[in-house]
Amino acid sequence: MAQQLCHRTRSLLRLSAIVSSSSASSSLIPLSDSIIPRQQQQRAGFAADALTVDVPVPFKAHKCDAPSLSVETSAQELLSFFKTMFTMRRMEIAADSLYKSKFIRGFCHLYDGQEAVCVGMEASLNQKDCIITAYRDHCIHLGRGGTLLEVFSELMGRKDGCSLGKGGSMHMYNKKGGFFGGNGIVGAQTPLGAGLAFAQKYLKVDGVTLTMYGDGAANQGQLFEAMNIAALWSLPVIFVCENNHYGMGTAEWRSAKSPEYYKRGDYVPGMKVDGMDCLAVKQAVKYAKEQALKNGPFVLEFDTYRYHGHSMSDPGSTYRTRDEISGVRQERDPIERIRKLLLSLEIASVSDLKTLEKEAKSEVDEALAKAKESPQPDTSELFSHIWVKGYGAEAYGADRKEVVVKLP
Amino acid sequence: MAAAVASQAVASMASVAGIAVSLASSSSSQVARLQLTTPAAPSSFGIGRCHLLTRSSATSDFGSTAPKKHAVSKVATNAVVVINSDNYGSALLYFSHELLLFEALREGLEEELDRDPTVCVIGEDVGHYGGSYKVTKGFAEKFGDWRLLDTPICENSFTGMAIGAAITGLRPVIEGMNMGFLLLAYNQIANNCGMLHYTSGGQFTIPVVIRGPGGVGRQLGAEHSQRLESYFQSVPGLQMVACSTPYNAKGLMKAAIRSENPVILFEHVLLYNLKEKIPDEEYICCLEEAELVRPGEDITILTYSRMRYHVTQAAKTLVNKGYDPEIIDIRSLKPFDMYTIGQSVKKTHRVLIVEECMRTGGIGASLRAAIMENFFDELDAPIGCLSSQDVPTPYSGPLEELTVVQPPQIVAAVEQLCMRG
Repeated sequence: MAQQLCHRTRSLLRLSAIVSSSSASSSLIPLSDSIIPRQQQQRAGFAADALTVDVPVPFKAHKCDAPSLSVETSAQELLSFFKTMFTMRRMEIAADSLYKSKFIRGFCHLYDGQEAVCVGMEASLNQKDCIITAYRDHCIHLGRGGTLLEVFSELMGRKDGCSLGKGGSMHMYNKKGGFFGGNGIVGAQTPLGAGLAFAQKYLKVDGVTLTMYGDGAANQGQLFEAMNIAALWSLPVIFVCENNHYGMGTAEWRSAKSPEYYKRGDYVPGMKVDGMDCLAVKQAVKYAKEQALKNGPFVLEFDTYRYHGHSMSDPGSTYRTRDEISGVRQERDPIERIRKLLLSLEIASVSDLKTLEKEAKSEVDEALAKAKESPQPDTSELFSHIWVKGYGAEAYGADRKEVVVKLP
Repeated sequence: MAAAVASQAVASMASVAGIAVSLASSSSSQVARLQLTTPAAPSSFGIGRCHLLTRSSATSDFGSTAPKKHAVSKVATNAVVVINSDNYGSALLYFSHELLLFEALREGLEEELDRDPTVCVIGEDVGHYGGSYKVTKGFAEKFGDWRLLDTPICENSFTGMAIGAAITGLRPVIEGMNMGFLLLAYNQIANNCGMLHYTSGGQFTIPVVIRGPGGVGRQLGAEHSQRLESYFQSVPGLQMVACSTPYNAKGLMKAAIRSENPVILFEHVLLYNLKEKIPDEEYICCLEEAELVRPGEDITILTYSRMRYHVTQAAKTLVNKGYDPEIIDIRSLKPFDMYTIGQSVKKTHRVLIVEECMRTGGIGASLRAAIMENFFDELDAPIGCLSSQDVPTPYSGPLEELTVVQPPQIVAAVEQLCMRG
């Protein structure tokens, strides 16, 4: 059986190598399709590679029954987890060096360490579901169908960015992919998320909204207001708390009387999950989605960790020790976990994984180079998209002569 | 007494950025006025560069080429400096310590925390982290957790809490990590902070200081580049000041804490690293006063906060072209120092306002209306107003530069205004 599995997966890897290297601009296709295009997956019937993995850390449930710890997955899915998380990690590291070389200015909040949350979530969601999050959004944008070129261009404020260069790191959106940001003010996205779910229920779309926030935002009043309304009206919203234990410089025990964020919904059922384990995240989101569609809001708390500081202007070591950071990196790193799993299940060999890593690196480098060539936005973009329909008003520069633009 | 003090001050004085002295009984007596040079010229201060103008007969080198036609006594600025020192003369001689603006804020805050045990600081990451812009660095160790309160991220609640504490005797300093976050607390500030003194018939006073960095920074994105002075200006009961140099930052901080009114102190993200020498002695700036940055004849340029530096940069070009702009940093955004502004308008007859607010409903809009209403007959040209574009601040660098007023635009506007009438 294992022999068959190995054979199958080796041919699979060869196929994926062919597919991803043949597309010249692989940075342009959505990341989730970069292993094997979706149609091919369905036709080839890769369900035969299905396997079940037991996640080690038990779920902690609040006012609900925890799902089983045996997660159904497949070899192909595990490989895609690995590649996607690795690409995201490379992207964030590239963003780090871009910031240090002043291509990216302002605020830049990096997601490395937390990739498992984003990737595991996507495994249980589809296009009808919506995700909204705060400012640590680069990877989630990718997961929802964004491209590396879009992300890098937006980070550098160029025309090819997903928000045409006008949003920046904290304002990335993808309406087609169901990704609603990208929000700068802590906690302000939670009522927005409840609103997205409200529209889904109103329009009878069979989907849920995942409203993501952090442990810092968990103390915002508007979150509880949103939870209350969502529970009252049975909205299909999942409140996802990415608990990385620090709200910038303030540890969770110093900012929350009850750091059990999955219980903070009180009457809203909740569950705490190991956020560094892709498969646990996948299972939890699958379960939460079923619950939300049937019964209304659900709270998920993902126990995760960020290696970088809060943002690039925060060293990240004044309020926590370097030992703690390196300890988590050694013991709980999400990419290493999947690597060990793949190797132990003999789905892939060390060299196979190295090939995938190299592919990911080259995709990232290619997208980065292309983004650097992308031009700055036009001057007229300063005034576009203020209102939807133009009123024929004119906007002009300070002395009425420069930059006279008819507002579109 | 005031005259005696002033004449003593006349004798030998180092130039000081950011203060002007007026005398209580200034109707007929000579007015001592210190020339203010721009802090954009670093380390240009020192003992021996005398820029004090005293009586109308005395002259002094302003550094400008325009001939002096007016009598000094007519040009009284009303700014008052309270100096806590018996020997007024020597107080201004020894500017021996140089520091950055955020350090000046820290010094002012520390002195007030030392002086009054009811002063406390409340905000996010102000305590153990030392403040996201290091304004409260080291305070938690010195004053303890109960005076440097690290809050969770709940602006609405902790602003409300601070206002509640102020009613019963504390003097909290509320820090918004970025001014834009205080929009979450807008209800508390507008309805409670501004109004309670009135609606309680005078029983409650709210001596809070609300401070934080705002303004357009370097590509911080739309939500982190808010200019709240325009949103708060019509709330009755609030007083608003904007600091722009280390000197006035420390002075305004101290004055704001000592004031019985709720004061919003606007700092600017890009000005935190400005360096200047400030006095060792304790001093306070008056909250309601404007500051004369550069005296002139041709046009009055009113500005505040970061735009002050764009204006002084433009002034260099203007002076080379032969213009003589008078630059006033209005500092007090609510209420406006109409006395200083009016005196200046009467002298130059032309006004240009340069601000970072949006064009619509900004500080400039109100100031323009106030000047027009009060000094219409003095004006030879319509009041010019340069403000930021009415757009959310884009992230892209070139677009962001287009959003705010740049020095070439100021030069062009001055030229245009001076050509009329």
